[in-house]
Amino acid sequence: MNSKLATPYWEHFEHGADIGIRGIAPTLEQAFEQAAVAMTGVVTHLDLVSASKVVCIHCEAPDNELLLVSWINELIYEMSAHRLLFNRYEVVIDDGKLSASAFGEAVDQQKHQPAVEIKGATFTALRVYQQADDLWVAQCIVDV
Amino acid sequence: MDISQFVQRNATCWEIQPKGAMRVPAIIYADQQLLEAMDQKVYEQLANVATLPGIVEAAYAMPDAHWGYGFPIGGVAAFDPDQGGVVSAGGVGFDISCGVRTLHTGLTVDQLQPHKQALADVLYRSVPAGVGSRGRIHLNHDSMHGMLTGGARWALEQGFGEEQDLERIEEHGCMAGAEAHYVSPKARERQKDEMGTLGSGNHYLEVQRVAEIYDPEIAKAFGLRKDSVVITIHCGSRGLGHQIGTEFLKDMAIAAPQYQITLPDRELACAPLNSPLGKKYLGAMRAGINCALANRQIITHLTRQAVEKVFPGIHLSLLYDVSHNTCKLEHHTVDGKKKPLYVHRKGATRAFGPGHPDLPPVFKDVGQPVLIGGSMGTSSYVLCGTKESEKNSFSSACHGAGRAMSRSQASKHWQGRLVVDELAARGIIIRSPSMRGVAEEAPLAYKDVSAVVDVADRAGLARKVAKLEPVICIKG
Repeated sequence: MNSKLATPYWEHFEHGADIGIRGIAPTLEQAFEQAAVAMTGVVTHLDLVSASKVVCIHCEAPDNELLLVSWINELIYEMSAHRLLFNRYEVVIDDGKLSASAFGEAVDQQKHQPAVEIKGATFTALRVYQQADDLWVAQCIVDV
Repeated sequence: MDISQFVQRNATCWEIQPKGAMRVPAIIYADQQLLEAMDQKVYEQLANVATLPGIVEAAYAMPDAHWGYGFPIGGVAAFDPDQGGVVSAGGVGFDISCGVRTLHTGLTVDQLQPHKQALADVLYRSVPAGVGSRGRIHLNHDSMHGMLTGGARWALEQGFGEEQDLERIEEHGCMAGAEAHYVSPKARERQKDEMGTLGSGNHYLEVQRVAEIYDPEIAKAFGLRKDSVVITIHCGSRGLGHQIGTEFLKDMAIAAPQYQITLPDRELACAPLNSPLGKKYLGAMRAGINCALANRQIITHLTRQAVEKVFPGIHLSLLYDVSHNTCKLEHHTVDGKKKPLYVHRKGATRAFGPGHPDLPPVFKDVGQPVLIGGSMGTSSYVLCGTKESEKNSFSSACHGAGRAMSRSQASKHWQGRLVVDELAARGIIIRSPSMRGVAEEAPLAYKDVSAVVDVADRAGLARKVAKLEPVICIKG
């Protein structure tokens, strides 16, 4: 199958005390979007979140790996400072600069039953690369 | 973990001899069983810590060590600023000054028994817990500055607590050298409504009974009697600490080449203690410590108010407050000479022994209380610092149990509601806003803290004093 047509997806991977987030997709941008979806999946079930608010995010970093950590940390900041949860993201990356929209709503403990607050994205198991089948992978461990 | 990689020094001490870029040996305190059960990553991470510039004596891992970020959780390392020593944001961690505080209630289990449900309800209503919860205090620019520089002392000045609380908090409740101007606007924004909140994950407020006394003399000095009731708070510096950790980790990773530091793992990101970035981090991190101390002080106040509603006229006094994610300037003897060193404790508790000059008079003769948190539904322990731990581990001991199972495995294994019912059958009341959170924190997802504490005692890191068992747990 042409990897350009593959459906972007996300998954969690194991870390002793915490949890890994991974996005896999035909483009770098989509892999970043999926990694962020995986991050929300650590906190709550995605179906429980509606997209009634949009937040704009901008960040930059000297390489793709630091950019992934910066991106996830910007989202963690928005979630923490403004009590939000997101379920969908649109990312554009241009020359080490990321601009994005994150869609979501305010946290509701009853509705979302949020399992855990994420403290930060770490450099542990941090990788951003293109697989042999050309799909992009963006992953790291988040500290909860 | 393959134990053939170690040179065994004695029954509870295992050494990785320096090789490759390691500047000093790495030492793990564990018995054979705990060591075999430890993740191989602890070996790699501890060996990596031993490569950092200016490290002194050895990189140590406590008996509860597990795979962390850069440093293993349960890692201790001291750095000499005169030998190019570094401070590492990864070596402190995201939850700066996360720690444990225990309060005496003066009640016995029998007195508590008829009021258990009522107390659980009022505590759950009074102490904000869980994701998205806010405190009742709003910090403006001035009060934020006061909090970041004053810690628990600031909280006291705002009416949250009593003067005698301060001597029973490390640093006398106020971390010196905090530089609030190095705390970013984002870190402040995350904190302005979070004072007096527990957070989530493994953070909790627990009503416990003293189930067993191991050392009657020290227990007496600590005010612990069998079947008396205490309350323990486990939480840290909340969003502010997390943001400081996040920002400096990135800055240090980017700046490492400029300081000619080769990082075996980016998460070990660090800067020389004497560099502008190192000093800036120290100033911000110390403000983060004050945030954690103020936070636990405010939660103490909320707890006092709540307990008073059920037991009018009751007085809750502090046993002690310890932090287990820090980097502190301390004086330790190396090669027969006292030296100022920066001691990182990442998931490790300071354990000053009897006679240590930094201890308040009340603990001078016995040593400092070392508070070891369990997990929801399992035992916690009170230990006491020893003289030997000075030469064993720069006066450091373990901090808790550590997970045996990942969060996703745990939530697949258990349902939150069933965990709550099972614990209720054992007489333990759980209150939490998230049943998924409860499942992820199920007691069996954690290692047995008893084995960890036994080894800490046998290895001379800290002496076992008392065992605490949960009665009520408010879970974030």
